[in-house]
Amino acid sequence: MKMLINVPETVVADALRGMAAAHPDLTVDVANRVIVRRDAPVAGQVALVSGGGSGHEPLHGGFVGPGMLTAACPGEVFTSPVPDQMARAAAAVDSGAGVLFIVKNYTGDVLNFDMAAELAEDEGIQVAKVLVNDDVAVTDSLYTAGRRGTGATLFVEKIAGAAAAEGQPLERVEAVARQVNENSRSFGVALSAVTTPAKGTPTFDLPPGELELGIGIHGEPGRERRPMMTSGEIADFAVNAVLEDLPPRNPVLVLVNGMGATPLLELYGFNAEVRRVLAERGVTVARTLVGNYVTSLDMAGASVTLCQVDEELLRLWDAPVRTPALRWGM
Amino acid sequence: MLDADFFRRWMAATAASVDREAERLTALDSPIGDADHGSNLQRGFKAVVAVLEKDAPATPGAVLTLAGRQLISTVGGASGPLYGTLLRSTGKALGDAAEVSEAQFAEALRAGVDKVMALGGAAPGDKTMIDALVPAVDALGEGFGAARAAAEQGAEATIPLQARKGRASYLGERSIGHQDPGATSSALLVAGLAEAAGE
Repeated sequence: MKMLINVPETVVADALRGMAAAHPDLTVDVANRVIVRRDAPVAGQVALVSGGGSGHEPLHGGFVGPGMLTAACPGEVFTSPVPDQMARAAAAVDSGAGVLFIVKNYTGDVLNFDMAAELAEDEGIQVAKVLVNDDVAVTDSLYTAGRRGTGATLFVEKIAGAAAAEGQPLERVEAVARQVNENSRSFGVALSAVTTPAKGTPTFDLPPGELELGIGIHGEPGRERRPMMTSGEIADFAVNAVLEDLPPRNPVLVLVNGMGATPLLELYGFNAEVRRVLAERGVTVARTLVGNYVTSLDMAGASVTLCQVDEELLRLWDAPVRTPALRWGM
Repeated sequence: MLDADFFRRWMAATAASVDREAERLTALDSPIGDADHGSNLQRGFKAVVAVLEKDAPATPGAVLTLAGRQLISTVGGASGPLYGTLLRSTGKALGDAAEVSEAQFAEALRAGVDKVMALGGAAPGDKTMIDALVPAVDALGEGFGAARAAAEQGAEATIPLQARKGRASYLGERSIGHQDPGATSSALLVAGLAEAAGE
């Protein structure tokens, strides 16, 4: 597999140097792998710190900026960051109002953020944590590591970031983040397997005529494999899987998210089908975002995330944001 | 009796075997994980060997505590905190004695494995590193060679199991038929003990 890299060992550091060059609003510590808003700490505001394995860009580094994250900690490709990174980020961004850790629910991320919280609390920093676990493809039971955090991470980071920017206290920002997660569900499909730089070949074998339903964002196979379906059939399957778990009551935010290698032309076509299914099910769409936001390197495919919003959450979603990957209103 | 040098040899032997087996570990991690177990541990144990050379800790407890801290700081993923906690907790249980008996070490390692189970929430049979570590600790009374054999058997015995922890658990029944990469690397760690002892 050809890749636009130098050597696999330096892909993360190389990308961070490139981010620093592209985004003067960010302070990028390449050696310690921490991306911080240049004007942090911001007086009177709760700071939001997230992080996770690399390979999901623009998540999380692309969401650092006013109205969203205060700092992000990228790990190795598909490997959670180490506690030292988040502890360093927390120390760099805490204004005294406290720090919210936004953690996708994977065993490694949970353990490393827990250890980081201990380190930060030892330094006198007030830390709250919210877990994102929106992926309905995984059965949440005693027999699994629990639902994965995927597309809803974007909603949590944006909406909680808006609450923090208004100067809401840590308990409120945490409660908003939790509310967004509880009201969000996702389902993803893959049309191709992912190739990590370290391995250089696809992580699983997906024949040309088949697709994988219920995939995550780490190249891990999904729950079920079927003969290739049309965009409309995939939308029926994915949206119904989400609605089965999140019975429609309120209007929804829709994220039609590309996995990295699916063109926007296909994503927009898929969004038309998603909208059709939602209309058939009587669900009102408040806002829609289409694009590559929570990706899985070079995987082809897409995920659908729905987040039910009340007026307050919708107001926070519409609030101004200025980050490399998401910006409006400022 | 086991001195600090024995534990340094243990870490060096593990670093060497992880280096040799990195591709195999990553290959095992591909069908049921995310294809990075080998490279992550390779990076971690390389850093362990480097910090042990630099800081030259004087006691068995200090060697393992430092090694564990270094794994936590360099590996990431679930493996970093879990392997790091295993070594750090074992090191703490050894205290600051200049030498420890094999029985004292066995007891400390059991405390370390208990800590890993508490942290990760895994029990024997969940298709994790615990499936190699628990049999190894149970066999440690019969010597390092017996522990190595028990760990290897434990790792192989994960093949028919369905994963209930970690990323492989997302696959449900499709995780059956694959040897767990974490149990496999744990067997390498235990084999490093036998190697350090010259067995």
